[in-house]
Amino acid sequence: MDRSDRPPAVEMRGIVKRFPGVLANDHIHFAVHAGEIHALLGENGAGKSTLMNILSGLYRPDAGEIWICPRGQTQPRRVDIRSPRDAINLGIGMVHQHFMLVPTLTVAENVILGLKDPRFLLRMRHVEEKIKQLSRQYHLQVDPSAYIWQLSVGEQQRVEIIKLLYRGAEVLILDEPTAVLTPQEAEELGRTLRRMAEEGKAIIFITHKLDEVIVFSDRVTVLRAGRNIATLDTARTDKAELARLMVGREVLFRVEKPAGVVCTNGEPPVLEVIQVEALNDRGLPALQGVSLEVCSGEIVGIAGVAGNGQRELAEVVTGLRPVTRGRVLVRGQDLTNQPPLRFIEAGVSHIPGDRLGMGLAGNLPVSDNLVMKAYRREPIANGPFLSRRAVLSFAQKLIQAFQIVTPTASVPVRTLSGGNLQKTILAREITASRDFASDHRRVLVAIHPTRGLDVGATEAVHRTLLEQRAQGAAILLISEDLEELLALADRIAVMYEGCIMGVVDATSANIEQLGLMMAGETHMTKETADRL
Amino acid sequence: MPFSLKLEKRLEESKIIAFLVPLGSLLLALVFGAILLQSVGADPLRTYSAMIEGAFGTPVQWTQGDFYALTETLVKATPLMICGLAVSIAFRMLFWNIGAEGQLVMGGFAAGAVALWLPGMAPWLPHWAFLPLMALAGIVAGAAWGILPGLLKAYVKVNEIITTLMLNYIAILWLQYLYYGPWKDPKGFGFPGTAQFEPFTWLPRLIGRVHWGLVFALLAAIFIWLILSRTRWGYEIRLIGENPVAARYAGINIGRNIVLVMFLSGGLAGLAGMAEVAGISHRLQHGLAVGYGFTAIIVAWLAKLNPWGVVVVAFLLAALLVGGDQIQITMGLPAAMASVLQGAILFFMLGGNILTRYRVRIVRSLPAECTQEG
Ligand SMILES: Nc1ncnc2c1ncn2[C@@H]1O[C@H](COP(=O)(O)OP(=O)(O)OP(=O)(O)O)[C@@H](O)[C@H]1O
Ligand SMILES: [Mg+2]
Repeated sequence: MDRSDRPPAVEMRGIVKRFPGVLANDHIHFAVHAGEIHALLGENGAGKSTLMNILSGLYRPDAGEIWICPRGQTQPRRVDIRSPRDAINLGIGMVHQHFMLVPTLTVAENVILGLKDPRFLLRMRHVEEKIKQLSRQYHLQVDPSAYIWQLSVGEQQRVEIIKLLYRGAEVLILDEPTAVLTPQEAEELGRTLRRMAEEGKAIIFITHKLDEVIVFSDRVTVLRAGRNIATLDTARTDKAELARLMVGREVLFRVEKPAGVVCTNGEPPVLEVIQVEALNDRGLPALQGVSLEVCSGEIVGIAGVAGNGQRELAEVVTGLRPVTRGRVLVRGQDLTNQPPLRFIEAGVSHIPGDRLGMGLAGNLPVSDNLVMKAYRREPIANGPFLSRRAVLSFAQKLIQAFQIVTPTASVPVRTLSGGNLQKTILAREITASRDFASDHRRVLVAIHPTRGLDVGATEAVHRTLLEQRAQGAAILLISEDLEELLALADRIAVMYEGCIMGVVDATSANIEQLGLMMAGETHMTKETADRL
Repeated sequence: MPFSLKLEKRLEESKIIAFLVPLGSLLLALVFGAILLQSVGADPLRTYSAMIEGAFGTPVQWTQGDFYALTETLVKATPLMICGLAVSIAFRMLFWNIGAEGQLVMGGFAAGAVALWLPGMAPWLPHWAFLPLMALAGIVAGAAWGILPGLLKAYVKVNEIITTLMLNYIAILWLQYLYYGPWKDPKGFGFPGTAQFEPFTWLPRLIGRVHWGLVFALLAAIFIWLILSRTRWGYEIRLIGENPVAARYAGINIGRNIVLVMFLSGGLAGLAGMAEVAGISHRLQHGLAVGYGFTAIIVAWLAKLNPWGVVVVAFLLAALLVGGDQIQITMGLPAAMASVLQGAILFFMLGGNILTRYRVRIVRSLPAECTQEG
């Protein structure tokens, strides 16, 4: 790479962006060269998304300049990016953390959506040809005529990338692209990014996973509290240094897991799922005879590739999805097909995977979101009334206890950074299960609880879950991150196509074995089950 | 250089814009109206001032104790306020109740039935008991008319837009059948309409034709505001409106809330109907179904579903209606002209609304090549 003699493909100078109550970007200088993969690292709320949203035209900076130098040019020029369309015209495109595809359209239709080019006559065949060619060139496997709703998250992400390539993007920004991928998919993505970089494109990717930074990137920029703390050559740094730069202190990568209590003392399991069958949103079978037990003081992990029934399982054990067969018992109480409120009152808490879709009401203030489960009880409820003072003091208490970073309790919750959204849910749910359950035997159902969280926040979530476990909670932990499962769970069940392929002891399990079971390829179910 | 106009979503809705845009829209509408008036040979300025005078009166009239114009505006504003509140509470939780008209008519019908027939049936009832009974009947009938689509939506998932709309026509035609047919006043010289109610069933008037319905309206605004901002139920309504999935997740029974909210919404519209028949017409007749329930949708929308906003917008819209009617008389303009002016103002106001959420940009096509200026 001949970085030294060429100006950066994109250079952001002195970028400042203020939001009410926060300085999200504080005179940030950031440059990325053609042909490099540049990782952007920082704690939740450090301002990474904001900076990239500015580059991709979604936000306007309060101060600062953006200079670009397209391929083949030697002189950079200052540009004014006022909209995502301006950005893409300048060759800058972004894949957002929440995909922006239309589920009822095909891949090809999504790719040309919003393009002015074929004004009247749509030659779908040409579009599909070009998509196929791009997908061959970059090894991005997609079927142009497939419908988006048929695709897995990983495939949808490939569509998003192709969308940018189709528009001729030379600078590609990916906001936490690996958060939703399985380890295999993440590796595949890494290879694609490398290929694009070798083509001369500039790649910026945001991540919280330090391993990925080390493996994928050429250079890395660390943001902290809206400022650029350091830009380093990846080869000359390591995980520990990055973590320290990010958080400003030493970080533990692994939390100590004390030995678990095994369900032996004759106590019945807190959560029992017996031969449950259920349908997914499209009315197709999603769970096909799933049985599961979680005891007090135990974390049972559910591993599996997304879309194999994990979400449905979580919804069944929280009362959100009816079961067509089988039973769900909480603390010995049969709650099969009872309304969600019954589950909540039985001490079942739920940390859903889709934060803004299910866990929060984005436009409502943080405080209203924090009382979503507590508003029915004193002191927040005062007969039919809602005590505003109690709402605020309750919110204040949780904000402090869980270190949620927000300017005030009354800003709309959607303005919080990803990590703080999760902390908001976590704070509410843990408090709710504690308040509703009459004893320590409560249930916590968590789906990807650390997705998109920085190392510090991940550590905090892990510690919280283990604390809950130590206090006797029965925890069902659904995650695609095998390392997380191995670190936290006592037992790990692998789901594949709506069935549990087997349950393994976390101490004796290894990643390869779990990976194979996740792919449904092996039928080691029997043996593993026997061995346990 | 070629250029085009583009709409862009605003990231933050600013307070200043929220204030300036309606003002700008109004000005544009007035300019548009002025051109129109000019083209039919009317003096725009004189027409507008006639409209304002028609709606509010003049200081001279006020000093002489003549508040006729203002009170007429308040008379029209009353049902708009109550129905606007009814509609907005349902809209708050994404239940598209466009059946306020039918609910109002049913409320008027039930109150009218009490006023017409109960005195004969229960002559022992004290006179003071009639108005509360009529109000109760109006609320219950309107609520029933609202609950029906609520139940259908909550438990059988029938689209409420269709059902509430259709129930309007059933209510309106039912009322027509009564006052053209079996309930027609035999001494009415053939005019459609029932006999006049007994005076003790009339809502007391405050000033001019302004009656107690206006007090109902203001109380209803306070009531709705209290519910939304101070009660658990209001919290549930707001949560459902913002994110129904999250609401279900929080253990809220959405179906039950739909039914309850439609009870309130329909009941309010029914109360508006009762106030109209007991406060203004004192009989059942055509004047009950003149579209307050439909205009209320515009009121709710312009008020952004805020109860206090509804009160203000209903008053202004009533002024527009009354003022528009007045210029037919005072300026001798055709009736259609007034409607066109009213329509134009509403059109610009609603259209301008989009600018509070989007901004317009003029874009030149960017040069494809990089100009080398350094
Ligand atoms: N639209 C907005 N309105 C108000 N505040 C905002 C808005 N967007 C971001 N912020 C605030 O700006 C700060 C930076 O947010 P940003 O989303 O850039 O963080 P991030 O580094 O991407 O964090 P994460 O890793 O959690 O995604 C946060 O404190 C956030 O609350
Ligand atoms: Mg972010």
